[in-house]
Amino acid sequence: MAEFERHEYDVLIIGAGGAGLRAAIEARASGLRTAIICKSLFGKAHTVMAEGGIAASMGNVNSKDNWMVHFRDTMRGGKFQNNWRMAELHAKESPDRVWELETYGALFDRTPEGKISQRNFGGHEYPRLAHVGDRTGLELIRTMQQKIVSLQQEDFAETGDYESKIKVFAELTITEILKTDGKVSGALGYWRESGEFVVFEAPAVVLATGGIGKSFKVTSNSWEGTGDGHALALKAGGNLMHMEFIQFHPTGMVWPLSVKGILVTESVRGDGGVLRNSEGRRFMFDYIPPVFVKQYADTEAEADGWYTDPENNRRPPELLPRDEVARAINTEVKAGRGSPHGGVFLDVSTRLSPEVIKARLPSMWHQFKELADVDITKQAMEVGPTCHYVMGGVQVDPDTGAATGVPGLFAAGEVAGGMHGSNRLGGNSLSDLLVFGRRAGMGASEYVAGLGSKPALAQSDIDSAIATAVAPFNGASKENAYAVHYELQQMMNDLVGIIRVGAEMTQAIEKLDAMKARAKNVSVTGDRLFNPGWHIALDLMNMLVVSEAIAKSALEREESRGGHTRDDFPTMDPKWRAIHVITSWDGSKVSTKRESLPPMPNELASLFDIEELKKYLLPEELAQLAVGGN
Amino acid sequence: MGYLASMRIWRGNSADGQLEEHKVEVGDGEVVLDVIHRLQATQTPDLAVRWNCKAGKCGSCSVEINGKPRLMCMTRMNTFAEDETVTVTPLRAFPVIKDLVTDVSFNYQKAREIPAFKGPENLKPGEYRMAQVDVQRSQEFRKCIECFLCQDTCHVIRDHEENKPQFAGPRFFIRIAELDMHPLDQLNRTKAAQEEHGLGMCNITKCCTDVCPEHIKITDNAIIPMKERVVDKKYDPLVWLGNTISRRKSD
Amino acid sequence: MENGVGAPGRAKIGVRHLRTDKWWISPLISVVVLLSFIAYSTWRAFENDFYYVDHLVSPFYSPCLATSCPPEAAILGTPFGDWWTLSPALLILVFPLGFRLTCYYYRKTYYRAFWMSPSACAVAEPHKKYTGETRQPLLLQNSHRYFFFAGLIFNIILTYDAIIAFKNPAGEWGHMSVGTLVLLANAIFLWMYSLSCHSCRHAVGGRLKHFSAHPFRYKMWTFVSTLNPHHPKFAWVSLIGVALCDLYVRSVATGQITNFYIF
Repeated sequence: MAEFERHEYDVLIIGAGGAGLRAAIEARASGLRTAIICKSLFGKAHTVMAEGGIAASMGNVNSKDNWMVHFRDTMRGGKFQNNWRMAELHAKESPDRVWELETYGALFDRTPEGKISQRNFGGHEYPRLAHVGDRTGLELIRTMQQKIVSLQQEDFAETGDYESKIKVFAELTITEILKTDGKVSGALGYWRESGEFVVFEAPAVVLATGGIGKSFKVTSNSWEGTGDGHALALKAGGNLMHMEFIQFHPTGMVWPLSVKGILVTESVRGDGGVLRNSEGRRFMFDYIPPVFVKQYADTEAEADGWYTDPENNRRPPELLPRDEVARAINTEVKAGRGSPHGGVFLDVSTRLSPEVIKARLPSMWHQFKELADVDITKQAMEVGPTCHYVMGGVQVDPDTGAATGVPGLFAAGEVAGGMHGSNRLGGNSLSDLLVFGRRAGMGASEYVAGLGSKPALAQSDIDSAIATAVAPFNGASKENAYAVHYELQQMMNDLVGIIRVGAEMTQAIEKLDAMKARAKNVSVTGDRLFNPGWHIALDLMNMLVVSEAIAKSALEREESRGGHTRDDFPTMDPKWRAIHVITSWDGSKVSTKRESLPPMPNELASLFDIEELKKYLLPEELAQLAVGGN
Repeated sequence: MGYLASMRIWRGNSADGQLEEHKVEVGDGEVVLDVIHRLQATQTPDLAVRWNCKAGKCGSCSVEINGKPRLMCMTRMNTFAEDETVTVTPLRAFPVIKDLVTDVSFNYQKAREIPAFKGPENLKPGEYRMAQVDVQRSQEFRKCIECFLCQDTCHVIRDHEENKPQFAGPRFFIRIAELDMHPLDQLNRTKAAQEEHGLGMCNITKCCTDVCPEHIKITDNAIIPMKERVVDKKYDPLVWLGNTISRRKSD
Repeated sequence: MENGVGAPGRAKIGVRHLRTDKWWISPLISVVVLLSFIAYSTWRAFENDFYYVDHLVSPFYSPCLATSCPPEAAILGTPFGDWWTLSPALLILVFPLGFRLTCYYYRKTYYRAFWMSPSACAVAEPHKKYTGETRQPLLLQNSHRYFFFAGLIFNIILTYDAIIAFKNPAGEWGHMSVGTLVLLANAIFLWMYSLSCHSCRHAVGGRLKHFSAHPFRYKMWTFVSTLNPHHPKFAWVSLIGVALCDLYVRSVATGQITNFYIF
């Protein structure tokens, strides 16, 4: 029997980004002993990379804004594929979550009246994003981190132990969620530093592990985005939904190669950046889809006027939702009108002075200056689409974050699915983390309170989980995990990328089968002490499962919508709006099924114009809603 | 494009270690972290490296390159001559775990010792009003990505292990300054800065500012202003007298 | 090497530093310049001559306070009477010296260059123990602001000296010589050095918590903040400037050169 540490907690939170930390705050507030698992150092989570802001309809800049407008924008952005209840909760609660951050010590940029300033962003009707320059994610993660520390200080004052109620386990990876009698009973993990195993006994586990970007070659995600939570949930018996919807952010760096994919914030466009092709044309005017013609300008003059007079001008088409812009750039490049390094030009220097650029976009200026020798106050940036966010994730109950089918398992943030539908609006991610992080923390607390006795861990389960984790040291072949990972990323980019075709995805699924077989035989050299070769071998398993879920979901959905574009089914089909592709794990492979959600209640549906609803809903759905008179 | 670079990498653990030389391919526009990754993928799969975002935003990949504390992801290979040997070692102010990874828990302990932000009790969430000019000093310090390069380079602890218990380090001096300058923070942090967190140990030799990848003016904008505030509170009889007579709070 | 970078648990690298650049150049220049200045100023202070000629006063001797001063140079009278028989410079040099000695920038420079604590970043220092500025005499560094205010008085006096230099040897106003420009430049450099001082920045507004409640002081703070990053530059320029200014006055006073009148 292998040796391991053992810890007992009421709630185990996997992930120390915005959602995980917000969940931890809530769980501790309910009096629960909480463990936070952090795959990297505390405060380094991928939330730090968010740039633009947190969407919340506080109405500080335009008083016409309210939750209903935000809800509408979110549903439109997601092409009505969203779980409407999540979108509703999100729109209603995000202002409170942002204001709360100020009481934790966050310092957002201010309006002249001293309120939190809000900026424009793609798909949002009014200036809505609370921000700090272009480093809002850093502010969010640091604020939450410091809030956790302040709670630990309170606990220290009370008990003499900083970690009596919340403990952060930094640089620890969870490999398996353990269940007893169908309920969550704990988890197995290993310290990345020492390679020693750790067993957590906990009746509730909150997944807050973020995204899956590392399955793709060109991505804005860090190494942590290996889809651990998605894979853990699947293997624990949970479902994933919407996995075909992957957001390719329209503007990632394209050069130098080593930084290809690194994000260029949407604020560049929100603050006045324009997209041009190699012929100098502002091509976005050619790509306004019919569902958006009412909101977007069709002349350069009107678009330019919007920045100063949004009442009398429609928005520039650069600020269309991300899926539209990403596809447009992709098309331009394929048509041979791209920039020298295979992107298009994004230029903010023509509209803003160098001082304003440096004040509003300091990290962008810095990033281009240091990594690409480009001075964005004088030159245009070269940008192209990059895998940024997965809309799909664990199927959960909107109000509590409880994962469908696994009592004791919860999920929040990017790892949870449904909130963003087929496409996420910029800024809605950080607010999602806060709103649903809190709700998952509350949900877990209620679940634990209602649980008679904690399920006991079975030693045999621990042993077999450890055996799985050390398997790569006994790998039969000389297979190199780095090489398989590299192939996976290239394959996903090529075959299940921004534009998809049925035949290619069938091919991808076959290739994934072969890679899974190879990954089983990966062999690792060295010992368990901080061994990246071993870490990647374990992460690779998760990425393969997630990739399989993506490929199979994408093959299933025979239409184009949001973050899922099929060359063989190029249009959006209302028939598919009611269908949600669900994936599950049968022990050796991913299988898919179709599900429908309860229809939107009348009071939410009536927030929309009937003409708009007609574009998305089937006639029979419209008839049920009885909003015809609206 | 493309050449073979000589990389000298420190490999070992807390017991022992040595610099090992490797020849690694370097591509156009690459940074040191790319080269380390290539080394990992092709020659030394178990080379321990801590990294995360690879975009200079998370502050994980702190090491010393040619003896200078740097982020690997922000150090471009074209800043070295092609025939130059590039030496990469772990941070030298903290205990090493393995290869390029060090134990930076010192910094997390120090973070706990700084009292957190304390807002006004009479304001509810949503009622905070702060002017931009009042928050921007603190905002500069909140740019900190906690790479701990400033902590690593600070000779107070780098060269004197025994100072660690009584010295918070530059990263936490900017944290104290941030809170002391926060328009709504209710605590007075000046005396503690000197008496508990070791501000007086700093001899303002500015290495922290020199290595900061976020270009935060740690010394000029945080440490020296805090030292001046300490003088107000502890060493300047006139200011002390003035404050006592008029009972004016430092506003 | 058992302490510091050689402490148990840290990576065993075995050398004080691995820097490949010429990190020792900057401290070396500091040592050379500062030592030259000290040597020159000490010699000049004790020389006790050639500090006044034709309405040009050497900054080393201004204000001239002892009875031995020529009446035109003793702008504040001679309050010290005749008991002081040494150079009048010694009475006053302590203030500018104190200002520079406690200056945040010079502290960095001499801690690095002379005390090697540290000589350069990430170069291990040679000392076994280090307590920083927590004990006497280094607690006296906290008196910097007093020297700053004293320095302001000197700036006013040296500015006055520069104005006096608009007289010709006959005492008529409205003339300008190379000497005038030298004294004027010296005064300007000293003002820039003083105004960019960290204590000045604190006093004008840095100590406030709410800039928004004190718009004028915020303006002043903003102004000082734009100068402050150049404090090191002004520190060197004004230091060398004051020595060159004295050298110019001395050269004219000894007759080695003639003070050329522009008009």
